[in-house]
Amino acid sequence: MRKHMNDILRKPAEGKTPDSSAECCDHSALPGSITASCCGGPVKPGIPETYFISGAANTAAGPVPRVTGELSSQDRWGSVKCRWGIGRMSYTVTPGLYALGSPDADAPVLVTANYKMSFDKLREAMRGWDAWILVLDTKGINVWCAAGAGTLGTKELVRRIEQSRLAEVVNHRVLILPQLGAPGVAAHEVKKASGFKVRYGPIRAADLPAFLEAGMKATQEMRRKTFPLRERAELIPIELTPALKISVPLGMAFFFLGGLGSVAGYWPGVRHSGFLAVWALLLAVLGGAILFPVLLPWISGRAFSLKGFFLGLVMDIILWFFLGSGFVLLPGRLELWAWMFIIPALVSHIAMNFTGASTYTSLSGVKKEMRWALPLQIGGAIIGLALWVGARVIH
Amino acid sequence: MNNLRYLKNVVTLEFFPEKCTGCGVCLEVCPQAVFVPENGRVRVADRDACMECGACAKNCPAKAIGVQAGVGCANAVMTSFFRKDGACVCGPECGTGDDHEDDPPACSGGSCCC
Repeated sequence: MRKHMNDILRKPAEGKTPDSSAECCDHSALPGSITASCCGGPVKPGIPETYFISGAANTAAGPVPRVTGELSSQDRWGSVKCRWGIGRMSYTVTPGLYALGSPDADAPVLVTANYKMSFDKLREAMRGWDAWILVLDTKGINVWCAAGAGTLGTKELVRRIEQSRLAEVVNHRVLILPQLGAPGVAAHEVKKASGFKVRYGPIRAADLPAFLEAGMKATQEMRRKTFPLRERAELIPIELTPALKISVPLGMAFFFLGGLGSVAGYWPGVRHSGFLAVWALLLAVLGGAILFPVLLPWISGRAFSLKGFFLGLVMDIILWFFLGSGFVLLPGRLELWAWMFIIPALVSHIAMNFTGASTYTSLSGVKKEMRWALPLQIGGAIIGLALWVGARVIH
Repeated sequence: MNNLRYLKNVVTLEFFPEKCTGCGVCLEVCPQAVFVPENGRVRVADRDACMECGACAKNCPAKAIGVQAGVGCANAVMTSFFRKDGACVCGPECGTGDDHEDDPPACSGGSCCC
């Protein structure tokens, strides 16, 4: 049996046919299963070649890819890249059933999304345990966002249960779902359609062992979604990347346009106004994308755009401070006021966008704050821009 | 941090106590402890903590809870306003039904989807 598995996992050498076509080309095998990929036929979404698959588990429904709870440096580097937006939408895992460790027919079934970070967090939390992991096709989106969108939903769960022939693999009829999958899944409907009862596990995968050891009981803390500093800080790269994508070209534009209309000549004008523009934009991005997530709980106001505005005023003060220090040449009054308007507008806008990454904002609330915040941000930016253009022509 | 509070008196959460059977699933799925158990049923204890995720309404077998679920994401609101092919999540008109379950997401992985 073991030799058979190793043969399957190794790519067949060029020109050689597999020992027995029946072993390799099992067309009744599950879509995406190991046996389907080595016989030269249409290759199903690859399992065996992936670095985090460590073999196969034999089940009543055929072989199932095995994973461990040990994350490799490749896994960790992958998640770093993902946070910075590199290869974000292809950071996925093939949907289907996986074996974590050596589960038997009585081992628990844990459900997750096919976003690789969700998958990795789950198996790392369950290191040392034997369990089945049912990965749903959430198009590479994490559990909570996919649940909110309905992608991690009742229909997909039922579909995946059927496709993986889970009922043949395990004796029990219990699925453990992450609590944050609940917005997309109607537990009572899953039971009706599949016979499997949904139990909602803790919010954090890290609490799963404790949850299981307590007999599938969760404490109140396990069921509250908090937003601690560490989590907010982890989101900085995903705020920073889009902010930089806009502000770097913007900064370059301001830099070269800064020379226009300067009484001292083009290049002195660039050194004067262009540099100031770059510093101002940098401060705005620093404030909105880095300081805001960190300082969120301590800034006045409930609306993010308002908090961002206050932080923007602070960045204005910091700019003043730099001007006094001779770090940047003193600009004319018009130009200074241009940035006094533009910076808070930018910081407020970037901060407002953080609502999407935060864990406690309601859609109704976001719509309400946008109703007044967006026009004010646009208005502030327009006034600032007008002042800046004015500074090119009025001296 | 548990003292993070968003806007007051805005959420679309509705609770019909006469329909409640006291099964307690809403207590299990709510990530913001909006409900508390009371007298064999539940009660809305902290309405302003609700983030309209829809988990409670979705999982209530007695249909005692209603909410216009949606993601509190400014980016999504702006995208859905400017592009009719949809943002990365559906808006409140979708409710909590399965209507959009099989739609391919238009999301390109922006700040609201990590």
